Amino acid sequence: MTVAVRSILGDRALVRDVAALGLAVFAVSVSFGAIAVAAGIPPGLTVLMSLLVFAGGSQFLAVGLIAAGNPFAAIFAGLLLNARHLPFGLAIGDVIGTRWWQRLVGAHLLIDESVAFALAQPDPVRRRRAYWATGGTLFVLWNIGATLGVLLGNAGDPDALGLDAAFPAGLFALLLPTLKDPTTRLVALTGALVAVVTTPILPAGLPVLLALTGLLALLARPRPRKTVSS
Amino acid sequence: MILAVIVGLAIGTYAFRLAGVVLRERVALPERIQVLLPMTAATLLAALAATATFMDAGAFAGVARPAGVAVGAFLAWRRAPFVLVVVAAAATAALLRLAGVE
Repeated sequence: MTVAVRSILGDRALVRDVAALGLAVFAVSVSFGAIAVAAGIPPGLTVLMSLLVFAGGSQFLAVGLIAAGNPFAAIFAGLLLNARHLPFGLAIGDVIGTRWWQRLVGAHLLIDESVAFALAQPDPVRRRRAYWATGGTLFVLWNIGATLGVLLGNAGDPDALGLDAAFPAGLFALLLPTLKDPTTRLVALTGALVAVVTTPILPAGLPVLLALTGLLALLARPRPRKTVSS
Repeated sequence: MILAVIVGLAIGTYAFRLAGVVLRERVALPERIQVLLPMTAATLLAALAATATFMDAGAFAGVARPAGVAVGAFLAWRRAPFVLVVVAAAATAALLRLAGVE
């Protein structure tokens, strides 16, 4: 384990990049903690939710729906938003490791950011390192942040710091190497367009899943290339 | 009641996560499908980035956020360091809002 940690710390660029996104995530989690207690969720349960769910979007959504007196919708909508984790796991499950404890622990660290950082790496060793470093760091920061938000009760507005722009920009930067492949680019951009266009009319979570119809763009190409940069 | 929601959401979310990871190992996918898997992840992430850029709770996100992301995206395309991409995107959106542009 210490060897693994040392190997992660040895990768300066990775540490720096994860820290950059980690700070943005931290600030958002502070606001989550504050918003949740303001919405009437008990402090202990707010921290418990962050620990056990560890998926920011669904946590905000669930808090809003619980506050609105609709607990069933909170579960259903949250799960719809998190359904994307299944295809994520299918796509990068081999990165996590082959031992059972690695899969059981690693699965909980499966978040958008850990997938994006893993996908941006050129080889399997670095992919695994990036996955665990990102997932582990963000798990710690997310929960410290949520706890801090609960204690402070008021975290200010993360949008005032522009943090809502940091997440998509970071994702885009991480995706760039993958998007160099023309086939992947076609599929991903088609999917992104489908998601944006359907967002106003579909419940949260479905548009992103619907982006997978971007794969149909492959059918429009007579001979799809076999090579995929990964 | 709140505890039940949290536990339900947590179990369901973890089930999605673990199911994907385990299925990847258990199900023998044809090579043609396996080639598509990294593409699937890239497409989902691109869709997340795009919706997070342009949409906020089902409506258009305004000007400040897409402008911030655009600055970040441009810097990323010009091979700027990742840290700069993230900071510049946030700073642009924050300054626009400070100037009254939502």
